[in-house]
Amino acid sequence: MGTFITKRLLYTILILLAASLLIFSLYAWTPGDFITGNIKLTPERKAELREIYGLNKPLLERYGIWMKHALHGDFGYSMAQQKPVFTLFNQYIWNSFLLAAVSTFFTWLIAVIIGVVAAYRQYSWFDTLVMVVIFAAMSLPSFFIGLFLIKILAVDWKWLPPGGMLTTGSNATGMAYAEEVVRHMALPVIVMTLLGIGSLTRYIRGNMIDVMKQDYIRTARAKGLKERQVLFTHALRNALLPAITLVGFELPALFGGSLIIEKIFNWPGIGQLYMQSFGLRDYPLLMGFTVLIAILTVIGTMLSDILYRVADPRVRLQ
Amino acid sequence: MATADLLEIEGLSTYFDTEEGTVRAVDGVSLRVRPGETVCIVGESGCGKSITAMSIMGLVGTNGTAGRIAGGRIRYEDRDLLRLNKHELRTIRGHEIAMIFQEPMSSLNPVLPIGEQIMEPLIEHLKLSKKAARARAIELIAQVGIARPEQIAKAYPHELSGGMLQRIMIAIAISCGPKLLIADEPTTALDVTIQAQILDMLRQFKAESDMSILLITHDLGVVAEMADYVVVMYAGKVVEEGEVVELFERPKHPYTQGLLKSKPIMGQRQDELYSIPGQVPNPLELKPSCYFYERCEHAMDVCRRAEPTLKGVGEQGSVACWLYEEEAIVHG
Repeated sequence: MGTFITKRLLYTILILLAASLLIFSLYAWTPGDFITGNIKLTPERKAELREIYGLNKPLLERYGIWMKHALHGDFGYSMAQQKPVFTLFNQYIWNSFLLAAVSTFFTWLIAVIIGVVAAYRQYSWFDTLVMVVIFAAMSLPSFFIGLFLIKILAVDWKWLPPGGMLTTGSNATGMAYAEEVVRHMALPVIVMTLLGIGSLTRYIRGNMIDVMKQDYIRTARAKGLKERQVLFTHALRNALLPAITLVGFELPALFGGSLIIEKIFNWPGIGQLYMQSFGLRDYPLLMGFTVLIAILTVIGTMLSDILYRVADPRVRLQ
Repeated sequence: MATADLLEIEGLSTYFDTEEGTVRAVDGVSLRVRPGETVCIVGESGCGKSITAMSIMGLVGTNGTAGRIAGGRIRYEDRDLLRLNKHELRTIRGHEIAMIFQEPMSSLNPVLPIGEQIMEPLIEHLKLSKKAARARAIELIAQVGIARPEQIAKAYPHELSGGMLQRIMIAIAISCGPKLLIADEPTTALDVTIQAQILDMLRQFKAESDMSILLITHDLGVVAEMADYVVVMYAGKVVEEGEVVELFERPKHPYTQGLLKSKPIMGQRQDELYSIPGQVPNPLELKPSCYFYERCEHAMDVCRRAEPTLKGVGEQGSVACWLYEEEAIVHG
């Protein structure tokens, strides 16, 4: 296990190095920058600013400087916000993480339960109904469900606040603050769960149906075990093994924010910051964000590789 | 009959509804197993012998199959297994009636340690504590002749060979002291040398505990070695049954005769091994007739028109064949 992790870490560093080069090149070669977009500046002032920001240096040198800082944990300075990129991330990313973590938890919980029951009662009315509803939920665009629920739950029935993270002008602290955040989270979490649940339920249902046909399930039944034990001890564990791959993808998704959901519900998350920075061509921030997602993706993949070795005794340690 | 039967199946019918029609996989099968007796069900693939076993275990219609029991009775001691509710059936399964399967490699859960899989029925049926069950599981592993039982208990199925896994399956099956062990082709997937060991082991446990065995096989060598009583099945029906010696020496049904003729004999060189001509009929196209008549060298007119019933001949055996029906000989 030790050598496996060392080897895997080495690969990870190589992949990240390649990814950083790619990300840097993409942004460096994109025509224009933050300064180009500002029509109020004279050409002389623009050249001056480029000199100050170091944008007139050769590409390779700029990459070297960027990497040197990145390795020291400094992802640069946002031009638009005039704050370190890292500070901005820290300010917004946890809001996104909160939404994503809660909705991911509910997505998995509900998908596993529905998937197992639907597989167990394959082709029953429950299974058919669930599959129809799930397809409907998957097929609707997020902005539609989002706006629709705002109209019903927030505007018409006034059960939940329509957007934001806190009520405007609120000074709540402690428990009152937490309660306010939870109330504001409810709608975006519902929408994100609805959107995510479909594919995962189908995935788990499909895996369960395959596993339920295996000989060892027949053995478990022949042993006289309770159906609950057959389903959850024997079948579900095997059905969830392939889902470990998905865990690798969940990690960047947890921190990546959601462009559309955060926009609709006016949630102060990293997705909103990202969209805003795009409009302003705030490249240091965009580059930093892309690198962060790359790092999380690579770590997620590594984690799922390690998890496979923990969860499936057949996967040999190298 | 001096002793009461342990298991008595009467007119069992198990059907599979497919898009092309209903397949009568088991069609009115009757058989009995006495305490301490080994009964073999013999027949070709697809003759319904495994489905008969699955019907006894109440496992038809599970594992994604669409079978259903259409009729009959399966009496075990004083209970009709087909009338028991799920809970009652579950307390018999793996406890009083245990089963081992053809494919040991895929019959154990790949992600659970061997020991845990042996412990499960002990905890479920004998209400042992986890600790006691673990100790008993290790004893059972030793009992089925596997060295280093403590380590094996912690091992996973992929780390063991097919023969060892079948021993583990036997350990699970005998763990709760069953009165009846159903063995569905237990040696088919194994090497010949391992086959003999597994059969010896079954015989040994049977002798020690006086359990009955219902052995399902297509291998007449296994039958000769193990059986007290033989039931021959063809296309979902019992065509002949009898004491093993009687059946091997004086087979009555042309199908049984064919089976015995097509068995290679040790030390005897033949240019060509006999095989029964033709193929098993399509189960969807069966009409009231003797299902074997197309392949039978003694086929008569009546065989095509009507189905022979199982009638007693000789001292113990029965056969379902028009050759043995006096009426048919007169009219046919």
